[in-house]
Amino acid sequence: MGPEALAHVLRPLQGLFPPDRFPALLVGLQVSDDAAVYQVAGDVAVIQTLDFFTPVVDDPYDYGAIAAANAMSDVYAMGGEVALALNICGFPPKLPEEIIAEILRGGAEKVLEAGGALAGGHTVDDNEPKYGLAVMGLVHPARILTKGGAQPGDILALTKPLGVGIITTAAKGDAADPAHLPPAIASMKRLNREAARLAQQVGVHACTDITGFALLGHAHEMADRSQARLCFHLDRVPFLDGAIRYANEWLFPAGTCRNEGCFGSHVAFAPDIPDEMRQLLYTPETSGGLLLAVSPEKADVLAAAFAAAGEPLWIVGEVLGGEGVEVV
Amino acid sequence: MSMVVDARGLACPQPVIRTRAALQSGDLVTTIVDNVTAQQNVTRMAEKAGCLVRAEVRDDGIYLDIRREGVAAQEASLAAGSAPAGGPLVLTVPSEFMGRGDEVLGQILVRAFFHTLGEVEPLPDTIVFLNGGVKLVVTGSPVLDDLKGLCDRGISILACGTCLGHYGLKDQIAAGEVSNMYTIAETLLGAGKVVSL
Repeated sequence: MGPEALAHVLRPLQGLFPPDRFPALLVGLQVSDDAAVYQVAGDVAVIQTLDFFTPVVDDPYDYGAIAAANAMSDVYAMGGEVALALNICGFPPKLPEEIIAEILRGGAEKVLEAGGALAGGHTVDDNEPKYGLAVMGLVHPARILTKGGAQPGDILALTKPLGVGIITTAAKGDAADPAHLPPAIASMKRLNREAARLAQQVGVHACTDITGFALLGHAHEMADRSQARLCFHLDRVPFLDGAIRYANEWLFPAGTCRNEGCFGSHVAFAPDIPDEMRQLLYTPETSGGLLLAVSPEKADVLAAAFAAAGEPLWIVGEVLGGEGVEVV
Repeated sequence: MSMVVDARGLACPQPVIRTRAALQSGDLVTTIVDNVTAQQNVTRMAEKAGCLVRAEVRDDGIYLDIRREGVAAQEASLAAGSAPAGGPLVLTVPSEFMGRGDEVLGQILVRAFFHTLGEVEPLPDTIVFLNGGVKLVVTGSPVLDDLKGLCDRGISILACGTCLGHYGLKDQIAAGEVSNMYTIAETLLGAGKVVSL
Protein backbone atom coordinates (compact mmCIF):
# COMPACT_ATOMS: atom_id res chain seq x y z
CA MET A 1 0.00 0.00 0.00
CA GLY A 2 1.34 3.40 -0.96
CA PRO A 3 1.95 6.25 1.47
CA GLU A 4 -0.98 8.28 0.12
CA ALA A 5 -3.49 5.48 0.56
CA LEU A 6 -2.12 4.78 4.02
CA ALA A 7 -2.53 8.39 5.09
CA HIS A 8 -6.06 8.33 3.70
CA VAL A 9 -7.23 5.32 5.70
CA LEU A 10 -5.51 6.50 8.87
CA ARG A 11 -7.01 9.99 8.78
CA PRO A 12 -10.41 9.04 10.28
CA LEU A 13 -8.62 7.38 13.20
CA GLN A 14 -6.64 10.45 14.20
CA GLY A 15 -9.62 12.14 15.83
CA LEU A 16 -10.35 9.12 18.03
CA PHE A 17 -7.32 9.75 20.23
CA PRO A 18 -7.25 13.50 20.98
CA PRO A 19 -4.33 14.84 23.08
CA ASP A 20 -6.65 16.09 25.86
CA ARG A 21 -7.95 12.57 26.45
CA PHE A 22 -4.52 10.95 26.00
CA PRO A 23 -2.06 13.47 27.43
CA ALA A 24 0.58 10.80 27.94
CA LEU A 25 0.64 10.03 24.20
CA LEU A 26 3.50 12.31 23.22
CA VAL A 27 3.78 11.03 19.64
CA GLY A 28 0.82 9.31 18.01
CA LEU A 29 -1.23 9.30 14.84
CA GLN A 30 -1.72 13.05 14.86
CA VAL A 31 1.92 13.88 14.34
CA SER A 32 2.89 10.51 12.83
CA ASP A 33 6.60 10.06 13.40
CA ASP A 34 8.83 6.98 13.19
CA ALA A 35 7.27 5.39 16.28
CA ALA A 36 4.67 6.05 18.95
CA VAL A 37 5.86 7.56 22.25
CA TYR A 38 3.94 7.29 25.51
CA GLN A 39 5.05 8.88 28.74
CA VAL A 40 4.79 6.55 31.76
CA ALA A 41 6.69 8.60 34.38
CA GLY A 42 8.24 12.03 34.71
CA ASP A 43 11.53 10.84 33.31
CA VAL A 44 10.48 7.82 31.24
CA ALA A 45 8.63 7.53 27.96
CA VAL A 46 7.99 4.28 26.13
CA ILE A 47 8.71 4.09 22.39
CA GLN A 48 6.53 1.50 20.65
CA THR A 49 6.99 0.32 17.09
CA LEU A 50 6.77 -2.74 14.87
CA ASP A 51 7.95 -3.72 11.44
CA PHE A 52 8.07 -6.94 9.44
CA PHE A 53 8.58 -7.89 5.81
CA THR A 54 9.16 -10.68 3.32
CA PRO A 55 12.74 -11.93 2.73
CA VAL A 56 15.07 -9.35 1.26
CA VAL A 57 18.06 -11.69 1.01
CA ASP A 58 18.52 -15.45 0.53
CA ASP A 59 20.36 -16.30 3.74
CA PRO A 60 17.83 -16.92 6.57
CA TYR A 61 20.15 -15.69 9.34
CA ASP A 62 20.86 -12.45 7.48
CA TYR A 63 17.15 -12.02 6.77
CA GLY A 64 16.32 -12.34 10.47
CA ALA A 65 19.09 -9.95 11.48
CA ILE A 66 18.09 -7.36 8.86
CA ALA A 67 14.40 -7.52 9.78
CA ALA A 68 15.30 -7.03 13.44
CA ALA A 69 17.73 -4.16 12.77
CA ASN A 70 15.08 -2.54 10.59
CA ALA A 71 12.35 -2.90 13.23
CA MET A 72 14.54 -1.53 16.01
CA SER A 73 15.68 1.37 13.82
CA ASP A 74 12.50 3.31 14.61
CA VAL A 75 13.43 3.31 18.31
CA TYR A 76 16.80 4.82 17.44
CA ALA A 77 15.19 7.34 15.10
CA MET A 78 13.21 8.57 18.13
CA GLY A 79 16.40 8.83 20.16
CA GLY A 80 15.76 5.86 22.44
CA GLU A 81 17.27 2.54 23.44
CA VAL A 82 15.70 -0.87 22.84
CA ALA A 83 14.30 -2.57 25.92
CA LEU A 84 12.08 -5.41 24.76
CA ALA A 85 11.21 -7.12 21.51
CA LEU A 86 8.68 -9.74 20.39
CA ASN A 87 8.85 -11.81 17.22
CA ILE A 88 6.22 -11.39 14.50
CA CYS A 89 6.28 -14.44 12.24
CA GLY A 90 4.38 -15.70 9.23
CA PHE A 91 5.87 -18.92 7.88
CA PRO A 92 4.75 -21.41 5.22
CA PRO A 93 3.90 -24.72 6.91
CA LYS A 94 6.39 -26.46 4.61
CA LEU A 95 9.31 -24.17 5.43
CA PRO A 96 12.00 -26.41 7.02
CA GLU A 97 12.44 -25.98 10.74
CA GLU A 98 16.15 -25.27 10.46
CA ILE A 99 15.45 -22.29 8.17
CA ILE A 100 12.99 -20.86 10.70
CA ALA A 101 15.51 -21.46 13.47
CA GLU A 102 18.11 -19.47 11.53
CA ILE A 103 15.75 -16.56 10.87
CA LEU A 104 14.84 -16.39 14.56
CA ARG A 105 18.47 -16.72 15.62
CA GLY A 106 19.42 -13.82 13.32
CA GLY A 107 16.70 -11.67 14.88
CA ALA A 108 17.42 -12.69 18.47
CA GLU A 109 21.16 -12.08 18.22
CA LYS A 110 20.49 -8.64 16.75
CA VAL A 111 18.20 -7.79 19.70
CA LEU A 112 20.93 -8.98 22.06
CA GLU A 113 23.45 -6.77 20.25
CA ALA A 114 21.04 -3.86 20.71
CA GLY A 115 21.04 -4.46 24.46
CA GLY A 116 17.40 -5.50 24.48
CA ALA A 117 15.63 -8.71 25.44
CA LEU A 118 13.62 -10.90 23.11
CA ALA A 119 10.73 -12.21 25.14
CA GLY A 120 8.23 -14.00 22.93
CA GLY A 121 6.19 -13.53 19.81
CA HIS A 122 3.41 -14.79 17.61
CA THR A 123 3.41 -17.01 14.53
CA VAL A 124 0.81 -17.59 11.82
CA ASP A 125 0.80 -19.72 8.67
CA ASP A 126 1.53 -17.67 5.59
CA ASN A 127 2.33 -18.56 1.98
CA GLU A 128 5.29 -16.22 1.88
CA PRO A 129 7.64 -15.95 4.87
CA LYS A 130 7.31 -12.79 6.91
CA TYR A 131 9.41 -11.81 9.87
CA GLY A 132 9.94 -8.79 12.04
CA LEU A 133 9.64 -7.46 15.53
CA ALA A 134 7.36 -5.51 17.80
CA VAL A 135 9.78 -3.35 19.75
CA MET A 136 9.53 -1.40 22.97
CA GLY A 137 12.16 1.24 23.63
CA LEU A 138 12.75 3.80 26.34
CA VAL A 139 13.69 7.46 26.17
CA HIS A 140 13.72 10.45 28.47
CA PRO A 141 10.69 12.56 27.44
CA ALA A 142 12.91 15.64 27.08
CA ARG A 143 15.27 13.82 24.73
CA ILE A 144 12.83 12.51 22.13
CA LEU A 145 14.11 13.04 18.57
CA THR A 146 11.41 13.78 16.00
CA LYS A 147 11.12 14.75 12.36
CA GLY A 148 9.97 18.22 13.35
CA GLY A 149 12.55 20.71 14.59
CA ALA A 150 14.90 21.14 11.64
CA GLN A 151 15.70 24.84 11.27
CA PRO A 152 16.87 26.91 8.31
CA GLY A 153 20.64 26.92 8.37
CA ASP A 154 20.89 23.40 9.83
CA ILE A 155 23.24 20.91 8.23
CA LEU A 156 21.85 17.56 7.00
CA ALA A 157 23.83 14.41 7.71
CA LEU A 158 23.25 10.79 6.70
CA THR A 159 24.69 7.77 8.52
CA LYS A 160 24.44 5.02 5.89
CA PRO A 161 24.92 5.02 2.12
CA LEU A 162 21.86 4.55 -0.09
CA GLY A 163 21.25 1.74 -2.53
CA VAL A 164 20.32 -1.43 -0.62
CA GLY A 165 16.82 -1.34 -2.13
CA ILE A 166 17.89 -1.39 -5.75
CA ILE A 167 20.74 -3.85 -5.09
CA THR A 168 18.47 -6.40 -3.40
CA THR A 169 15.89 -5.89 -6.15
CA ALA A 170 18.53 -6.54 -8.81
CA ALA A 171 19.66 -9.61 -6.87
CA LYS A 172 16.10 -10.95 -6.72
CA GLY A 173 15.96 -10.59 -10.50
CA ASP A 174 19.29 -12.44 -10.86
CA ALA A 175 20.66 -9.26 -12.40
CA ALA A 176 23.12 -8.31 -9.66
CA ASP A 177 26.86 -8.77 -9.47
CA PRO A 178 27.30 -11.11 -6.44
CA ALA A 179 30.10 -8.86 -5.17
CA HIS A 180 27.63 -6.03 -4.59
CA LEU A 181 25.48 -7.99 -2.16
CA PRO A 182 27.68 -8.47 0.95
CA PRO A 183 28.23 -4.70 1.54
CA ALA A 184 24.48 -4.13 1.12
CA ILE A 185 23.69 -6.92 3.61
CA ALA A 186 26.25 -5.60 6.08
CA SER A 187 24.73 -2.13 5.79
CA MET A 188 21.20 -3.40 6.45
CA LYS A 189 22.35 -5.48 9.44
CA ARG A 190 24.14 -2.57 11.05
CA LEU A 191 22.20 -1.08 13.96
CA ASN A 192 21.53 2.66 14.09
CA ARG A 193 22.18 2.45 17.85
CA GLU A 194 25.61 4.07 17.95
CA ALA A 195 24.55 6.75 15.44
CA ALA A 196 21.52 7.64 17.60
CA ARG A 197 23.65 7.70 20.75
CA LEU A 198 26.16 10.08 19.14
CA ALA A 199 23.34 12.26 17.81
CA GLN A 200 21.91 12.49 21.34
CA GLN A 201 25.32 13.20 22.82
CA VAL A 202 26.00 16.13 20.46
CA GLY A 203 22.37 17.26 20.22
CA VAL A 204 20.45 17.45 16.95
CA HIS A 205 17.32 19.30 15.90
CA ALA A 206 15.59 16.52 13.95
CA CYS A 207 16.07 12.85 13.17
CA THR A 208 14.41 10.16 11.09
CA ASP A 209 15.47 6.87 9.55
CA ILE A 210 15.54 6.16 5.83
CA THR A 211 13.39 3.16 4.90
CA GLY A 212 10.47 2.47 2.59
CA PHE A 213 9.69 6.06 1.57
CA ALA A 214 13.29 6.50 0.37
CA LEU A 215 15.53 9.48 1.04
CA LEU A 216 13.16 11.92 -0.66
CA GLY A 217 10.00 10.65 1.01
CA HIS A 218 11.47 10.73 4.49
CA ALA A 219 13.07 14.10 3.72
CA HIS A 220 9.68 15.42 2.69
CA GLU A 221 8.25 14.30 6.03
CA MET A 222 11.04 16.05 7.90
CA ALA A 223 10.52 19.21 5.82
CA ASP A 224 6.78 19.06 6.38
CA ARG A 225 6.94 18.54 10.17
CA SER A 226 9.71 21.14 10.49
CA GLN A 227 8.05 23.67 8.17
CA ALA A 228 11.33 24.09 6.35
CA ARG A 229 12.94 23.13 3.04
CA LEU A 230 15.54 20.38 2.79
CA CYS A 231 18.26 20.74 0.17
CA PHE A 232 20.47 17.80 -0.83
CA HIS A 233 23.66 17.96 -2.90
CA LEU A 234 23.63 14.88 -5.09
CA ASP A 235 27.42 14.77 -5.38
CA ARG A 236 27.65 14.40 -1.59
CA VAL A 237 25.01 11.67 -1.25
CA PRO A 238 26.74 8.31 -0.69
CA PHE A 239 25.71 5.23 -2.67
CA LEU A 240 26.73 1.60 -2.27
CA ASP A 241 28.74 0.11 -5.16
CA GLY A 242 26.38 -1.18 -7.82
CA ALA A 243 23.42 1.07 -6.98
CA ILE A 244 24.07 3.58 -9.75
CA ARG A 245 24.80 0.82 -12.25
CA TYR A 246 21.46 -0.87 -11.55
CA ALA A 247 19.74 2.49 -11.73
CA ASN A 248 21.25 2.92 -15.19
CA GLU A 249 19.82 -0.49 -16.05
CA TRP A 250 16.47 0.70 -14.68
CA LEU A 251 16.07 -2.17 -12.21
CA PHE A 252 13.84 -0.19 -9.88
CA PRO A 253 11.28 -1.95 -7.66
CA ALA A 254 7.62 -0.93 -7.89
CA GLY A 255 8.03 1.11 -4.71
CA THR A 256 10.20 3.64 -6.55
CA CYS A 257 7.34 4.63 -8.82
CA ARG A 258 4.93 4.73 -5.88
CA ASN A 259 7.20 7.02 -3.90
CA GLU A 260 7.70 9.29 -6.90
CA GLY A 261 3.95 9.45 -7.41
CA CYS A 262 3.37 10.33 -3.78
CA PHE A 263 6.25 12.70 -3.04
CA GLY A 264 7.10 13.98 -6.52
CA SER A 265 5.06 17.16 -6.16
CA HIS A 266 7.14 18.17 -3.11
CA VAL A 267 10.53 17.62 -4.75
CA ALA A 268 12.45 19.87 -7.14
CA PHE A 269 15.54 18.68 -9.03
CA ALA A 270 18.28 20.71 -10.67
CA PRO A 271 17.72 20.28 -14.43
CA ASP A 272 21.04 18.51 -15.04
CA ILE A 273 20.22 15.59 -12.71
CA PRO A 274 19.51 12.54 -14.88
CA ASP A 275 16.29 10.63 -14.60
CA GLU A 276 17.85 7.47 -13.19
CA MET A 277 19.46 9.38 -10.30
CA ARG A 278 16.12 10.98 -9.47
CA GLN A 279 14.54 7.53 -9.46
CA LEU A 280 17.32 6.17 -7.27
CA LEU A 281 16.55 8.79 -4.62
CA TYR A 282 12.91 7.62 -4.68
CA THR A 283 13.89 3.95 -4.30
CA PRO A 284 12.85 2.33 -1.00
CA GLU A 285 15.64 1.48 1.41
CA THR A 286 15.60 -1.29 4.00
CA SER A 287 17.15 -0.66 7.42
CA GLY A 288 18.67 2.56 6.11
CA GLY A 289 20.61 5.13 8.08
CA LEU A 290 19.52 8.12 10.13
CA LEU A 291 18.95 11.50 8.52
CA LEU A 292 19.97 14.18 11.02
CA ALA A 293 19.47 17.94 11.03
CA VAL A 294 22.11 19.61 13.20
CA SER A 295 22.84 23.27 13.85
CA PRO A 296 25.78 24.59 11.81
CA GLU A 297 27.72 25.29 15.03
CA LYS A 298 27.48 21.65 16.03
CA ALA A 299 28.01 20.10 12.61
CA ASP A 300 31.78 19.83 13.05
CA VAL A 301 31.36 18.40 16.56
CA LEU A 302 28.95 15.81 15.22
CA ALA A 303 31.32 14.85 12.40
CA ALA A 304 34.22 14.61 14.86
CA ALA A 305 32.17 12.49 17.28
CA PHE A 306 31.21 10.06 14.50
CA ALA A 307 34.78 9.90 13.23
CA ALA A 308 36.12 9.24 16.73
CA ALA A 309 33.62 6.41 17.21
CA GLY A 310 34.44 4.91 13.81
CA GLU A 311 30.87 5.53 12.65
CA PRO A 312 30.33 6.74 9.07
CA LEU A 313 28.65 10.10 8.51
CA TRP A 314 28.11 12.08 5.34
CA ILE A 315 27.15 15.75 5.19
CA VAL A 316 24.59 15.69 2.37
CA GLY A 317 22.88 19.08 2.40
CA GLU A 318 21.30 21.82 4.44
CA VAL A 319 17.97 23.11 5.67
CA LEU A 320 16.54 26.22 4.01
CA GLY A 321 13.55 28.41 4.64
CA GLY A 322 10.39 27.48 2.76
CA GLU A 323 8.95 24.03 2.17
CA GLY A 324 9.53 20.84 0.25
CA VAL A 325 12.72 19.13 -0.84
CA GLU A 326 15.26 20.08 -3.47
CA VAL A 327 18.16 18.18 -4.98
CA VAL A 328 20.98 20.11 -6.62
CA MET B 1 8.24 -9.54 -36.55
CA SER B 2 8.23 -8.37 -32.97
CA MET B 3 9.03 -10.51 -29.98
CA VAL B 4 6.35 -10.65 -27.29
CA VAL B 5 7.17 -10.35 -23.59
CA ASP B 6 4.15 -11.15 -21.46
CA ALA B 7 4.97 -9.44 -18.17
CA ARG B 8 1.45 -9.47 -16.76
CA GLY B 9 1.37 -10.57 -13.14
CA LEU B 10 5.07 -9.86 -12.68
CA ALA B 11 6.40 -7.38 -10.14
CA CYS B 12 9.01 -4.78 -11.03
CA PRO B 13 11.76 -5.07 -12.08
CA GLN B 14 10.88 -8.34 -13.88
CA PRO B 15 9.07 -6.60 -16.77
CA VAL B 16 12.14 -4.41 -17.26
CA ILE B 17 14.58 -7.33 -17.03
CA ARG B 18 12.61 -9.41 -19.53
CA THR B 19 12.13 -6.53 -21.95
CA ARG B 20 15.82 -5.72 -21.82
CA ALA B 21 16.68 -9.34 -22.56
CA ALA B 22 14.30 -9.36 -25.52
CA LEU B 23 15.77 -6.10 -26.87
CA GLN B 24 19.19 -7.72 -26.78
CA SER B 25 18.07 -10.26 -29.36
CA GLY B 26 15.69 -8.15 -31.42
CA ASP B 27 14.90 -4.58 -32.31
CA LEU B 28 11.14 -4.92 -32.06
CA VAL B 29 9.55 -6.01 -28.81
CA THR B 30 5.99 -5.93 -27.57
CA THR B 31 5.80 -6.04 -23.80
CA ILE B 32 2.43 -6.60 -22.17
CA VAL B 33 2.07 -5.30 -18.62
CA ASP B 34 -0.88 -5.02 -16.26
CA ASN B 35 -0.06 -1.94 -14.20
CA VAL B 36 1.01 1.65 -14.70
CA THR B 37 4.18 1.28 -12.63
CA ALA B 38 5.50 -1.49 -14.87
CA GLN B 39 4.42 0.55 -17.91
CA GLN B 40 6.40 3.56 -16.71
CA ASN B 41 9.48 1.55 -15.80
CA VAL B 42 9.57 -0.39 -19.07
CA THR B 43 8.90 2.78 -21.08
CA ARG B 44 11.59 4.81 -19.37
CA MET B 45 14.15 2.01 -19.60
CA ALA B 46 13.41 1.55 -23.30
CA GLU B 47 13.51 5.27 -24.07
CA LYS B 48 16.78 5.55 -22.20
CA ALA B 49 18.10 2.71 -24.36
CA GLY B 50 17.21 4.75 -27.45
CA CYS B 51 13.92 3.08 -28.33
CA LEU B 52 10.57 4.49 -29.34
CA VAL B 53 7.65 3.25 -27.25
CA ARG B 54 3.99 3.30 -28.18
CA ALA B 55 1.44 2.25 -25.58
CA GLU B 56 -1.97 0.81 -26.26
CA VAL B 57 -4.37 0.08 -23.43
CA ARG B 58 -6.48 -2.98 -24.15
CA ASP B 59 -8.92 -4.93 -22.01
CA ASP B 60 -6.35 -7.58 -21.12
CA GLY B 61 -3.36 -5.35 -20.51
CA ILE B 62 -1.20 -2.44 -21.59
CA TYR B 63 0.64 -3.28 -24.81
CA LEU B 64 3.94 -1.50 -25.23
CA ASP B 65 5.32 -1.57 -28.76
CA ILE B 66 9.02 -0.93 -28.44
CA ARG B 67 11.36 -0.38 -31.38
CA ARG B 68 14.94 0.72 -31.56
CA GLU B 69 15.39 4.15 -33.12
CA GLY B 70 17.50 2.64 -35.91
CA VAL B 71 14.64 0.38 -36.88
CA ALA B 72 12.13 3.18 -36.52
CA ALA B 73 14.23 5.46 -38.72
CA GLN B 74 14.74 2.69 -41.23
CA GLU B 75 11.04 2.04 -41.42
CA ALA B 76 10.34 5.72 -41.86
CA SER B 77 12.77 5.89 -44.77
CA LEU B 78 11.25 2.76 -46.24
CA ALA B 79 7.81 4.28 -45.94
CA ALA B 80 9.17 7.32 -47.76
CA GLY B 81 9.69 5.36 -50.94
CA SER B 82 12.19 2.57 -51.17
CA ALA B 83 10.07 -0.10 -49.52
CA PRO B 84 8.09 -2.55 -51.56
CA ALA B 85 4.38 -1.89 -51.29
CA GLY B 86 2.73 -3.29 -48.22
CA GLY B 87 5.70 -4.16 -45.99
CA PRO B 88 9.31 -5.17 -45.61
CA LEU B 89 11.37 -7.20 -48.04
CA VAL B 90 12.40 -10.55 -46.57
CA LEU B 91 15.02 -12.89 -47.99
CA THR B 92 15.01 -16.52 -46.91
CA VAL B 93 18.11 -18.70 -47.20
CA PRO B 94 17.07 -22.35 -46.83
CA SER B 95 20.41 -23.90 -47.78
CA GLU B 96 24.13 -23.27 -47.66
CA PHE B 97 24.19 -23.62 -51.44
CA MET B 98 22.64 -21.49 -54.16
CA GLY B 99 20.60 -23.46 -56.66
CA ARG B 100 20.42 -27.22 -57.07
CA GLY B 101 23.05 -29.37 -58.76
CA ASP B 102 26.74 -29.17 -58.07
CA GLU B 103 27.44 -28.30 -54.41
CA VAL B 104 30.87 -26.80 -55.09
CA LEU B 105 29.28 -24.50 -57.62
CA GLY B 106 26.42 -23.85 -55.20
CA GLN B 107 28.84 -22.60 -52.57
CA ILE B 108 30.70 -20.35 -55.04
CA LEU B 109 27.37 -18.85 -56.03
CA VAL B 110 26.29 -18.24 -52.42
CA ARG B 111 29.57 -16.49 -51.73
CA ALA B 112 29.14 -14.32 -54.83
CA PHE B 113 25.52 -13.58 -53.95
CA PHE B 114 26.22 -12.25 -50.44
CA HIS B 115 29.26 -10.39 -51.72
CA THR B 116 27.09 -8.65 -54.29
CA LEU B 117 24.07 -8.14 -52.05
CA GLY B 118 25.59 -5.15 -50.30
CA GLU B 119 25.90 -3.33 -53.58
CA VAL B 120 22.43 -3.77 -55.07
CA GLU B 121 19.11 -2.09 -54.44
CA PRO B 122 16.77 -2.67 -52.76
CA LEU B 123 18.40 -4.27 -49.75
CA PRO B 124 16.28 -6.78 -47.86
CA ASP B 125 15.03 -5.65 -44.45
CA THR B 126 15.44 -9.09 -42.95
CA ILE B 127 17.32 -12.21 -43.97
CA VAL B 128 16.07 -15.48 -42.49
CA PHE B 129 18.47 -18.46 -42.46
CA LEU B 130 16.80 -21.85 -42.30
CA ASN B 131 17.78 -25.49 -42.38
CA GLY B 132 21.28 -25.91 -43.92
CA GLY B 133 21.29 -22.14 -44.49
CA VAL B 134 22.21 -21.59 -40.85
CA LYS B 135 25.70 -22.91 -41.63
CA LEU B 136 26.30 -19.52 -43.30
CA VAL B 137 25.92 -17.52 -40.07
CA VAL B 138 28.32 -19.51 -37.90
CA THR B 139 32.07 -19.35 -37.30
CA GLY B 140 34.00 -20.44 -40.39
CA SER B 141 31.26 -19.42 -42.85
CA PRO B 142 32.66 -18.10 -46.15
CA VAL B 143 30.16 -15.20 -46.15
CA LEU B 144 30.57 -14.06 -42.55
CA ASP B 145 32.22 -10.74 -43.37
CA ASP B 146 29.48 -9.88 -45.85
CA LEU B 147 26.78 -10.75 -43.32
CA LYS B 148 28.42 -8.65 -40.62
CA GLY B 149 28.53 -5.76 -43.08
CA LEU B 150 24.81 -6.19 -43.74
CA CYS B 151 24.14 -6.30 -39.98
CA ASP B 152 26.04 -3.04 -39.57
CA ARG B 153 23.78 -1.46 -42.16
CA GLY B 154 20.76 -2.31 -40.03
CA ILE B 155 19.58 -5.40 -41.82
CA SER B 156 18.11 -7.90 -39.41
CA ILE B 157 19.61 -11.37 -39.69
CA LEU B 158 17.61 -14.17 -38.10
CA ALA B 159 18.90 -17.72 -37.77
CA CYS B 160 16.46 -20.50 -37.00
CA GLY B 161 17.30 -21.74 -33.51
CA THR B 162 15.91 -25.23 -34.12
CA CYS B 163 18.10 -25.57 -37.22
CA LEU B 164 21.22 -24.38 -35.39
CA GLY B 165 20.43 -26.92 -32.70
CA HIS B 166 19.92 -29.68 -35.27
CA TYR B 167 23.39 -29.12 -36.70
CA GLY B 168 24.94 -28.61 -33.25
CA LEU B 169 25.91 -25.02 -34.10
CA LYS B 170 23.94 -23.04 -31.52
CA ASP B 171 26.97 -21.75 -29.67
CA GLN B 172 28.85 -20.87 -32.84
CA ILE B 173 26.58 -18.20 -34.28
CA ALA B 174 28.80 -15.34 -35.47
CA ALA B 175 26.40 -13.02 -37.32
CA GLY B 176 22.82 -11.99 -36.59
CA GLU B 177 20.73 -13.52 -33.85
CA VAL B 178 19.15 -16.82 -32.91
CA SER B 179 15.45 -16.63 -33.62
CA ASN B 180 12.42 -18.84 -33.14
CA MET B 181 9.63 -20.00 -35.40
CA TYR B 182 7.20 -17.55 -33.83
CA THR B 183 9.31 -14.60 -34.94
CA ILE B 184 10.19 -16.20 -38.26
CA ALA B 185 6.56 -16.94 -39.07
CA GLU B 186 5.57 -13.39 -38.16
CA THR B 187 8.42 -12.04 -40.27
CA LEU B 188 7.38 -14.04 -43.31
CA LEU B 189 3.67 -13.40 -42.99
CA GLY B 190 4.17 -9.70 -42.26
CA ALA B 191 6.46 -9.22 -45.25
CA GLY B 192 5.54 -7.16 -48.29
CA LYS B 193 7.63 -9.51 -50.38
CA VAL B 194 9.54 -12.72 -49.63
CA VAL B 195 12.41 -13.82 -51.84
CA SER B 196 13.74 -17.34 -51.35
CA LEU B 197 17.31 -18.05 -52.35
